[in-house]
Amino acid sequence: MLFDPEIFIQQLLSPAYLWGAFISVAVAVLSLLLATGIGFFVALGRTSPKRSWQAPAGAYVWFFRAIPALLVLLIMWNALPQMFPVFRQDWYTPFVAAVVGLGLVEAAFMAEIIRSALQSVDEGQSLAGRALGMSPAQVMLKVTLPQAIRVALPPTGNEFIGLVKYSSLASVISLRELLTTAQVGVNITFRYAEYYAAAIIYYLIIVTALTLLQSAVEKKFTWTSRTTVKKTKAPAKAGL
Amino acid sequence: MTQPILQVSNLHKSYAGNEVLKGVEFEVRKGQVKAVLGPSGSGKSTMLRLMALLEPADGGSIRLRGETIGTTVRNGRTVHLPERALARQRQDIGMVFQRFNLFPHLDACRNVMLGLTSVQRISHREARERAMEMLGRVGLDHRAGHYPSELSGGQQQRVAIARALVLNPDVMLFDEPTSALDPELVGEVLEVMEKLAADGMTMIVVTHEVRFASRVADEVTLFDGGVIVEQAAPEEFFNNPRHERTRKFLSHVH
Repeated sequence: MLFDPEIFIQQLLSPAYLWGAFISVAVAVLSLLLATGIGFFVALGRTSPKRSWQAPAGAYVWFFRAIPALLVLLIMWNALPQMFPVFRQDWYTPFVAAVVGLGLVEAAFMAEIIRSALQSVDEGQSLAGRALGMSPAQVMLKVTLPQAIRVALPPTGNEFIGLVKYSSLASVISLRELLTTAQVGVNITFRYAEYYAAAIIYYLIIVTALTLLQSAVEKKFTWTSRTTVKKTKAPAKAGL
Repeated sequence: MTQPILQVSNLHKSYAGNEVLKGVEFEVRKGQVKAVLGPSGSGKSTMLRLMALLEPADGGSIRLRGETIGTTVRNGRTVHLPERALARQRQDIGMVFQRFNLFPHLDACRNVMLGLTSVQRISHREARERAMEMLGRVGLDHRAGHYPSELSGGQQQRVAIARALVLNPDVMLFDEPTSALDPELVGEVLEVMEKLAADGMTMIVVTHEVRFASRVADEVTLFDGGVIVEQAAPEEFFNNPRHERTRKFLSHVH
């Protein structure tokens, strides 16, 4: 077997890999934030009773679910600068293009997750909030959303992990994320096994960390008093 | 007699072409307790929802302390108020639901506090004090830190009563408050409601609890087919009903 542990360890600990991993995670985090923001408003449009809101929201989901993420990235990086001078300026880096491109695509999927989460909250909840005199925005923020978030968390965790891996697509627009880092090294040294193995280790670490983060956040949404409830017989007498 | 606190007249409501309310006239005076009976689908719960401004009426008017709520007249036409304006008017009407509808992500105390902090903009500290006091009134201050999933149905409904009561409504509407409860938990909720009535709260109670209606209500109303069939003091209503439909209904529930 041709596998040099020394090369493997050396690459594993190299700043290039660490930086590549950081870029991958940064693209995933930022594009997920962007996708959640856009997705929330698209979901509101999809669940709105008004057709003038439903139609554009539906069109957004339809369009971005149909177009491959790779094509969106190529358009973002190649076509946009050709069409608009704004995108030829210094601020428009592969990193920005990758975050925005993946965020736009992911927003279509997040919109569907958020829509189903919002619809899963019992109707009686907003009814009770409205009966208290809460405004529509207050009902959304203080009653519906906290309950929808709990439902949306597991599928969002899935999407997050997916985005870490999707970030490797950005290699086509010359972003040096984790997989590109490995590929560049391989092109010079031809030590495929060692370089790819180092990439595997990084992906495993990243996804493990995200999984732990997800279960920690989910625990925050269990809604029980964590104190041990003493089995005292509750007096049925009401002291009104 | 004093002016009615809450009054509906000629109230109409249809769902998908099916007329549920066919011109209902109903009112409640300050301190009065009105029980509303009737077979399911008779429109009694719909009337409560309309009075609580949770759904728009198709026709007719709702007046609170003599002033029309839910609608306004613009250019000679009656139009429904926007949701934000309705939200303000709803504060004066307390609503208790059949299935409690407590907020599962908040403990009992925070369920009671939410209306105070978000609607009445009262400080967190004062809201907590008033919520605890109200939970004490329904006998649940020792359960303040418990979440709805950790409370029995009867306890949840008592918290729901406290949640509506803490906002100091002019009138409390109860939509079959004990129908979703196990039989052994009904008593504790009715007890709270009875004490509330004794304290002078104005109440409209849609219920199947005939015994509660006869003991606590000042007046009992029978709904059937989207109209009010009979309305009388409890002794009169139960012992000497004037209408055949009332007699028939009572023979089923007794």
